[in-house]
Amino acid sequence: MLEIKNLHVKLQDEDKQILKGVNLTVEPGKVHAIMGPNGSGKSTTSYVLSGRDGYEVTEGSATLDGADLFDMEPEERAAAGLFLAFQYPVEIPGVGNMTFLRTAVNAQRKMRGEVELTAGEFLKVVREKAKALKIDAEMLKRPVNVGFSGGEKKRNEILQMAMLEPKVCILDETDSGLDVDAMKLVAEGVNALRDGKRSFVVITHYQRLLDHIKPDVVHIMSNGRIIKSGGPELALEVEHNGYADILAEQENA
Amino acid sequence: MTRAQMKQRKRDETVTRLEGLVLPKGADWATELRQAALARLLEMGLPTKRDEYWKWTDPTSLTAAVPVKAELFEGNETPFFNAIDRLKIVFVDGVFDASASDDLSGEGIEITTLSQALSADIHWAKDAYGVLELAGQTPVERPLAAMNTAFATDGVVIRVTGKVTKPVSLIYKHENEISDAILHNLVKLDEGAEFTLLENGPAAARFNKVLEVDIADGASFHHIRAQGRDHERRAATHIFTRLGKESLFKSFTMTANGILTRNEVVIELTGDDAQAHVGGVCMGDGEFLHDDTVFITHDAERCESRQVFKKVLRNGATGVFQGKILVKDGAQKTDGYQISQSLLLDGDSQFLAKPELEIYADDVVCSHGSTTGAIDEEALFYMKSRGIPATEATDLLTLAFLAEAIEEIAREDIADDVMQRLEAWLARRKG
Repeated sequence: MLEIKNLHVKLQDEDKQILKGVNLTVEPGKVHAIMGPNGSGKSTTSYVLSGRDGYEVTEGSATLDGADLFDMEPEERAAAGLFLAFQYPVEIPGVGNMTFLRTAVNAQRKMRGEVELTAGEFLKVVREKAKALKIDAEMLKRPVNVGFSGGEKKRNEILQMAMLEPKVCILDETDSGLDVDAMKLVAEGVNALRDGKRSFVVITHYQRLLDHIKPDVVHIMSNGRIIKSGGPELALEVEHNGYADILAEQENA
Repeated sequence: MTRAQMKQRKRDETVTRLEGLVLPKGADWATELRQAALARLLEMGLPTKRDEYWKWTDPTSLTAAVPVKAELFEGNETPFFNAIDRLKIVFVDGVFDASASDDLSGEGIEITTLSQALSADIHWAKDAYGVLELAGQTPVERPLAAMNTAFATDGVVIRVTGKVTKPVSLIYKHENEISDAILHNLVKLDEGAEFTLLENGPAAARFNKVLEVDIADGASFHHIRAQGRDHERRAATHIFTRLGKESLFKSFTMTANGILTRNEVVIELTGDDAQAHVGGVCMGDGEFLHDDTVFITHDAERCESRQVFKKVLRNGATGVFQGKILVKDGAQKTDGYQISQSLLLDGDSQFLAKPELEIYADDVVCSHGSTTGAIDEEALFYMKSRGIPATEATDLLTLAFLAEAIEEIAREDIADDVMQRLEAWLARRKG
């Protein structure tokens, strides 16, 4: 279970407060969506949870199954079961996709005290999972994300997620830059990982991704806070009326 | 001080330095060649830090009367090229070790030691010894190479007449902490010949080595050298090569430590459609300076030259690159490529680079690039976010950085060996 309590975050090098008291509890097996206008703090939330440099937590906490995330290095958070699908997956020239995946899988297993996968075992699993995401052998051989199309990059993120089998997956605007077919493929990949225990935080601007990945709870984020939470109907409301009504309602309250 | 006075001072210093050094004995023709080399050395004078060509690499320890002591490296590293079927020739502190060497014979190849060749009344070396070195003295002076031609005590002299598949492997052992070795290797490839030369080992506390390679039309020369790990030795090496029509020269150097290394490569493309590729990787840690100085002259049409140098530096190590492509008038359709890059793993290390192009032909493609950078933080975070610990992620990114240079090695087994050693080098440093 992911629990964020009263999270305040500022930029490290600037006197700029980005998150101003975020509260969020994601139970096992649930899908939470976070929507909100640009600059509301959605992506910052995902970065801070995964341990990216450049942010300073000034107040509050975040725990995964009771363990303090802010007490861990990014790689330890990953081994503890946190996964962030990047909005802009990073290209790594010279490092093969397969090498990258196997190193990641085995590093996590090692950190958890599990037996590392042999090359053969790994290959078998990766081939199977790649096939479901329509990732061919060629893409597995190429350097990580180098020369990949937008859709290929996002599918590659989902493949990593499938291989690493995290407890909590954060998808940061995974739908951005995708056409409808690519989005469906990505959504299918995500849905295939729903097993009643794994939970998801889906950050998105648009309702359309949520047609394919059905959320249990929808949150609206604005100015560093979650200002409204509700069921899937909240996403539809945003789709029809934009954020203006909700923001105005909040100001008047 | 005027220019003339400075020159005179340099000459005087050189005379003092050479006091007591005697030209090795040999046939009359060899003595004449050595004397001629000595005369040009005295004319030029030994390099000093005041020389433009040595401004980043202090030659003092290379030219001093006595070498600085170098502790013997006791590491349990498997010797390079061990798994490769090769003809081994061993030198210990610059002295040929016949008992440790293989029989110097093979199909399509004639091998002798330099001391033997230069003692013979008649030998083809008479028309070759020091010839490319002399040609390489203009437009830039290379006094340490002239010193080598004058004083080299030994080396190998190889003539390749056919397509030789088994490489010759020169192994330079270091067993004396204050040894001072000067070796000169002379290689001549006849028309259409093929040959691979391997070199490895620290050689001596101080090592001055010259390799002259004359490549006739249609011949191919492959050269791979690995300069020892964790060694305190100081070395100044020169490669002089001349390429005939449709010939190939390919040289790769891996250096993992050694306090000071200056590797000069002087290439002259004199026949049309020839190709010269020179590259290397170096990994420097701590008290370490590695200098790649390359001069490539295009003097024929449709030739291709390629320079790919990558350096990984940390704990105050220094990397130097001086690379020049000179395209002479009439060398049309020249294709010249030069890249020199360094990866600085901390803020204490530095990379100094001077890439140069000088072009007198109008229909050429030449590109060069030089970069200095740190590990890509974005990539590092991405890898960590997938569970790869920072050290392991840094290693992967470091090897990825070096990969382009390692691709220059034609033989896959050697490329794999180089890669494995780099991995081991990185792994060991974590402790």
